[in-house]
Amino acid sequence: MSRRTRWNGAALAVVMGGTLAAGCGAPGGDAPQPEATGASLAAAPTCGTAPVTLNAYIETGFPLAKELSTEFSKQYPNVKWNIREDQFAVITQNAPRVLADDPPDLMRLPQVSELVKNNLLKNLDGYAKAFGWDSWPASQLEQMRLGPGGKTRGEGSLYAMGLNFSMTGVFYNKKLADKIGMSSPPATLAELDDALAKAKSAGIPPIAQFNGGATGGLAFPLQDLMASYGPSGPINEWIYQKPGATIDTPSNLQATRHLEKWIKAGYFWKDVNAVDYATMMSRFVKGEGLFMFNGDWESGNLDKQMPGDVGFFLMPPAQQGGKQAAMSAPLTYGISSRAKNADCAAFFLNWVATDPKAREIGVKVGGSHPMGPADAPMPEVAEDTVTASTLAAGAKIAEDNGAMDFIANATGAIYAKSWTPQLQKLVAGQQTPEALLKSVQSDYTSQVGGS
Amino acid sequence: MTRPTPDSAVDSQATRTGPAAVTSKRSPAHAAGLRTPSWVGWLFVAPALGVYAVFVLRPIALTVQYSLYRWDGIGPSTWAGLGNYVRVFTDPDLFASILNAIKLIVFFSVIPVVLGLAIASTIRRIAASRLALVARTVLFLPQVIPLVAAGIAWSWLMSSTGLVNQLLTYAGLGGVARAWLGDFSTALPAVGVIGAWVLLGLCTILLLSGMSKIDAALYEAARMDGAGPLREFVSITVPSLRQEIGVCVTVTVIAALASFDIVYVSTQGGPGNATMVPGLEIYYLAFSERQVGMASALAVVLMLLVILVALPIQWLTKDRSS
Repeated sequence: MSRRTRWNGAALAVVMGGTLAAGCGAPGGDAPQPEATGASLAAAPTCGTAPVTLNAYIETGFPLAKELSTEFSKQYPNVKWNIREDQFAVITQNAPRVLADDPPDLMRLPQVSELVKNNLLKNLDGYAKAFGWDSWPASQLEQMRLGPGGKTRGEGSLYAMGLNFSMTGVFYNKKLADKIGMSSPPATLAELDDALAKAKSAGIPPIAQFNGGATGGLAFPLQDLMASYGPSGPINEWIYQKPGATIDTPSNLQATRHLEKWIKAGYFWKDVNAVDYATMMSRFVKGEGLFMFNGDWESGNLDKQMPGDVGFFLMPPAQQGGKQAAMSAPLTYGISSRAKNADCAAFFLNWVATDPKAREIGVKVGGSHPMGPADAPMPEVAEDTVTASTLAAGAKIAEDNGAMDFIANATGAIYAKSWTPQLQKLVAGQQTPEALLKSVQSDYTSQVGGS
Repeated sequence: MTRPTPDSAVDSQATRTGPAAVTSKRSPAHAAGLRTPSWVGWLFVAPALGVYAVFVLRPIALTVQYSLYRWDGIGPSTWAGLGNYVRVFTDPDLFASILNAIKLIVFFSVIPVVLGLAIASTIRRIAASRLALVARTVLFLPQVIPLVAAGIAWSWLMSSTGLVNQLLTYAGLGGVARAWLGDFSTALPAVGVIGAWVLLGLCTILLLSGMSKIDAALYEAARMDGAGPLREFVSITVPSLRQEIGVCVTVTVIAALASFDIVYVSTQGGPGNATMVPGLEIYYLAFSERQVGMASALAVVLMLLVILVALPIQWLTKDRSS
């Protein structure tokens, strides 16, 4: 190398170094400042009469939000919509940045703890009071309440609202059930075990479930078994990050052992670790499984694809007549703390829960139970449809106070990093029920303590 | 200035020279005529250099900076020093992902290069025939197909009812049939096979073009001395392709270590982290766990690993004659 080359190299280093110097200083800190509390309102807000454009960021693939927005504009013509759609996984990744940089008036939300921690969501307490959401059954809003700083969930201020709330349980193929002589849904866990064994010996795949890739679908039957063996309260406390909560309890261990028994008995497909959600659905529709642990967001779809052939029941309790529980979660939407039209967005959320037409759309298009007061009129649904039985199941869960959030929602990473790999290992015989719960609990402790 | 980054390490074979080299090489040519001031060279390079600095160097610098903090991407950050790096090497899950990437080198590099050499020399022998054209096109096709589409197609092929298992069953090997991407022992090799399929075409074409440069007289001379096809291959073809093999190995090793798309589409790291690679882990850490600092630390380690592996390959395959 010549001397000049070396000099040029040095010059280059200086030039590059200069460009890099930009952006030093600790990263972050551009999040909004905390609001004191939800401002109290003199009267319930409306969308007014002047033209308004609501910015909404919704989940693609589910027509509910869009149909509701269309109907809303029909009733309130001054409101126009600017809708952006993405897959839920994309929304999950983008949520904090979008809420901070390009604040929508209304947005489909993933797990909200971190968003509340960074003051990205509007505190809805003021609206709740003005619209009377406080008088609805408390369990509907519980999952969207957070303590100061977003630390624990389940109580505190309201930060999101549901368009409806979903219910999970067990779907079954009625034709296959006839073949094994199952005339009514099992009333106890033992009866369910019996039906599974009969299906297996009749050559019918007993359970259609997914557990492949990054989506450990065996968490559905596992949590159902947990609720079958024990009370749902402690499971919710764990999900809500209450201090001292643990998933590693004796009844949960029984549940995990029961799941392992099902795996060893061959009740799941042999390739369940390679089956994703879409594959499970198409196989179940084709009749390649007697039972499927899933949620009522598929009710409308199943009514269309297998009319009259599908039934739904809540997970039976271990003891006859015991209380029943189910994963049940609102389809959460929130308002950005920097939203321009927060009042109108809140008015829309209230309209979704209380307007008869909106409630009907919620059931017919969304397939799930609408939010709102306990005595609000229910849209009519044809009997003998899955939708009818999932709605009825909702009433039973409300009676037993058995609504649980999903164990996958306890922390942002617990599903992908803990439940999914652990359940896949359980399927492959590489993990024991004891170690599974211990491992999930230790991941949970480090995530809850470390954030 | 000539310290190769992963990019320039690849390109250095293509005789692309840096700005400094441009000016120093040009000078002798112009020595007799007008002297161009040295800053004119910089003027030509400035736009590219600016883009490179803003879109490559600045992000790298920021990544290094982030790696020293605990940060969720939005809120305030706290200084972590080298804590994130310590965790990269002590957390068994994170370290296992690095090991998986190293295992993938077998499939992404060794198989395409070895098989590519064999295929290229076969095609060269039948170069004039129509078959050679077809073979070249078929082999190069995976390069044209988007990796995501390839990943989806392969996950169908390898599913429990897919073509692979149908063929096995047909051949009376139904006993080995399984969900290849969902089985703990076969998932990583199955992902590797997809990678090998994608990279084989690239290597074959590169090596083939290298072969066309070899003087035919060399082969003739060897044949006169009584060399068979194998001897020709070992003594003439392979040594003459030193540089092309270097490029192939470098590109494919980097593809293995920095793999993301194939794994993301086919297994998403599952089952049970059996196919977790650093690229995917960085993505999960940054966007689902919101540990931007940890993700950045792993990214820096991955970058250093790539450089550490690519440099010796460059040195070994350097053309010593020039």
